[in-house]
Amino acid sequence: MKMKRNVLPAIRALLALALCMSLIGPAWAVATAEEGVLRWGGDSEGGFPYMFPNPADSDELIGFEVDIVDEIAAYLGLRAEYVNNAWDNLIPGLSRGLYDIAINGLEVTPEHEEEVGFSIPYYKTFLQLAVRRDDDMGIAELEDCSGKIVGTLKESYAEMVLKELGDVKEIRTYIVEANTYEDLQNGRLHAALFDSPIAIYSAGFNPGIKFVGRPIGEITYAIALTKENRELLSEINRALVFLRDSGKLREIYDRWNLWSPMMAELFNDYSPRKVEMTRYDEWAEAHRPTLTMSGRLKRYAGFLPAFGRAAIVTLEVSVTAMAIAMILGLVLAITRVFAPAWLAAAATGFVEFMRGTPLLIQLFFIFYGLPNVGIKLSPFWAGAVGLGLNYAAYEAEIYRSGLFAIPRTQWEAALALGMTRWQAMREVMLPQAMRVVIPPITNDFISLLKDSSLVSIITMTDLTKAYGQLAATYYDYFGPGIMVALIYLVLGLPFVKFSRFAERRLAEQDTGGERGRDFNFYRSSTRWL
Amino acid sequence: MVNLPEESLIVVSDLYKGFEDGEVLKNINLNIKEGDLVSLIGPSGCGKSTFLRCLNCLELLDSGYIRIGNVELSRRKGQSPDEKMIGTAHDMRSEVGMVFQSYNLFPHKTVLQNVMLAPVVVKKMNAAEAREIAMAQLEKVGLKEFAGKYPSTLSGGQSQRAAIARALAMNPMVMLYDEPTSALDPQLVGEVLQVMKALDAEGMTQIIVTHEMQFARDASDYIVFIDHGEIVEYDDGDVLFTNPKNERTRDFLRHFNGMGMAVNC
Repeated sequence: MKMKRNVLPAIRALLALALCMSLIGPAWAVATAEEGVLRWGGDSEGGFPYMFPNPADSDELIGFEVDIVDEIAAYLGLRAEYVNNAWDNLIPGLSRGLYDIAINGLEVTPEHEEEVGFSIPYYKTFLQLAVRRDDDMGIAELEDCSGKIVGTLKESYAEMVLKELGDVKEIRTYIVEANTYEDLQNGRLHAALFDSPIAIYSAGFNPGIKFVGRPIGEITYAIALTKENRELLSEINRALVFLRDSGKLREIYDRWNLWSPMMAELFNDYSPRKVEMTRYDEWAEAHRPTLTMSGRLKRYAGFLPAFGRAAIVTLEVSVTAMAIAMILGLVLAITRVFAPAWLAAAATGFVEFMRGTPLLIQLFFIFYGLPNVGIKLSPFWAGAVGLGLNYAAYEAEIYRSGLFAIPRTQWEAALALGMTRWQAMREVMLPQAMRVVIPPITNDFISLLKDSSLVSIITMTDLTKAYGQLAATYYDYFGPGIMVALIYLVLGLPFVKFSRFAERRLAEQDTGGERGRDFNFYRSSTRWL
Repeated sequence: MVNLPEESLIVVSDLYKGFEDGEVLKNINLNIKEGDLVSLIGPSGCGKSTFLRCLNCLELLDSGYIRIGNVELSRRKGQSPDEKMIGTAHDMRSEVGMVFQSYNLFPHKTVLQNVMLAPVVVKKMNAAEAREIAMAQLEKVGLKEFAGKYPSTLSGGQSQRAAIARALAMNPMVMLYDEPTSALDPQLVGEVLQVMKALDAEGMTQIIVTHEMQFARDASDYIVFIDHGEIVEYDDGDVLFTNPKNERTRDFLRHFNGMGMAVNC
């Protein structure tokens, strides 16, 4: 069972909710494959060796599951089209019709089988125990972990197994598997327990660590489809049987160094290795710890195109969302101030609702919930509309306070000159309110820019997602982290500049063009007092 | 003394206005001839400002009748305001110029822009024409060279004169002033009063709520004394000050005795 690391229990509850909603109206959920295309969903973040960005070329998606899908598509005469989605959302995304099949270490469990249909298994694996090569604790089997400190992934099958053991001294759970093996190596842990493929790709090439003990437990992976999609299911099964019997699957597992006695039993194939484990060797080569500074910098430079594309996604979705928020916010504010009581109350209700519920829920609801009532937005628009609606509530409050920050006498003076209410608003109140609201609105935009990272949960590859993918692939959260932080800063900078400029321009009226509002009177002559 | 309604520019009859906490104006009847300068005096909270605000419909009257020029607004007791009444109120407002105690210039616009704004926005005048009118009005109040300044750089007296020019630019039939000099330094009061006197000489009809008793007495065609929401007495300035008929008027004016006002009570 491959469990996602960045998942909080609350999100899981949400997903259950989203899933329930998606079950209400399953009519649309029947995957209607576009002619000649097989859309497949998976999560490339930290997904080695299942699916992950190629360390040699971060633009390319590789992994043994990628190879399997390619073979299936080739066999069925379809073109494979990859759709990225957060691992926890893979099943809701299936119901949502984002893709025809989901494949990403999805384990065949009774709970899963209630929700989706599964193909025949394509892979079977187990938990692998690892210790330091110079281990002096005498750990040879899982049972030896009694009284020891063991690390594993948070909320994983391995954690469950360790808990059942009962007398482990301490189970330390991690979000990033690399950190677990690091701690094992430097002595903070006595052992680490992981899914075998993850263990092989995290530590198999590490001279300081060795695998010990028998295979523990049984984990079966299969391809998931909606239950309605029986036709495609039989096609997929046909393809899997062919790939198994023709030895193509075996070749893939050999190349990725994932063949095991358990697989030999599953496929009833006890023949020796047929091809070299080239894919695994590439991985091990890329993760040799002796990467020089220049090699490291070269690798970072290679990240730039991926980060550039992600930055554009972030910027596009943020700017669109902010435009929605600013316009809708103004409408809401004016409604609250001027509209008949019932309409104003509705606007107030909207504002309170949007401010009072988490953005994350709103995004899930819009993306996975609304299709039930026939509103099906693309990931981009779901993200932009979700962020836009949420921030509109905040902008509305800013505008409203801006309007009330202008003295009532200004309003009366405008009306007394014969202006209509709308003219007085447009010519006198709004321009003055604008100055009051520019700093908090800029503030909100920068906040929105960062909140836009949430769109990664609805399949968009924004900056945060790109960071997660690259960092997890290279075990390197440091360099890419600095890079991505700098990119966020640079994206926000023009808006800060604009705000300063606008503030200064507007403040010139206060002072007859002498000093802007940034004049700090707290530091004037009174500073001596 | 008392004008006949048909020859009056402004007619107010049976005007009532109240707020949540009670009646503010009761049974106001007043006629004002074209070209008159009328001062409204009375203790704080007596309703004189509210009366002024009723005349330009910043407050809608509760019941009664107001005519300014040809615009007539009447409301029965308990009648809810309809589209027509609101429209009439708007028409009436455009016949009336209003000057406030706190000037209420628009701080985000220059003096010239302040004066030009209403002609352009309300009367849809083109900018060149509005500028011409605005400059003429600024010249009249002696602020021509301040046209490009922002209000925050003006003195109180200059601000109030700019506010007068702004109201005049709409070519109103009547000018209303709500305590126009109360916020000014004593040495700046004169320049504002001077402008009002000059307008009077031009034949502008003006109604002024004021505490400047000397000015009221000197410049007014007549003075209206309001107390507790009622017109207690109105008469020629000299008559009212020297020989008030009503006890309440006498009491009120006695306050100003100590301030060097020549009042014989």
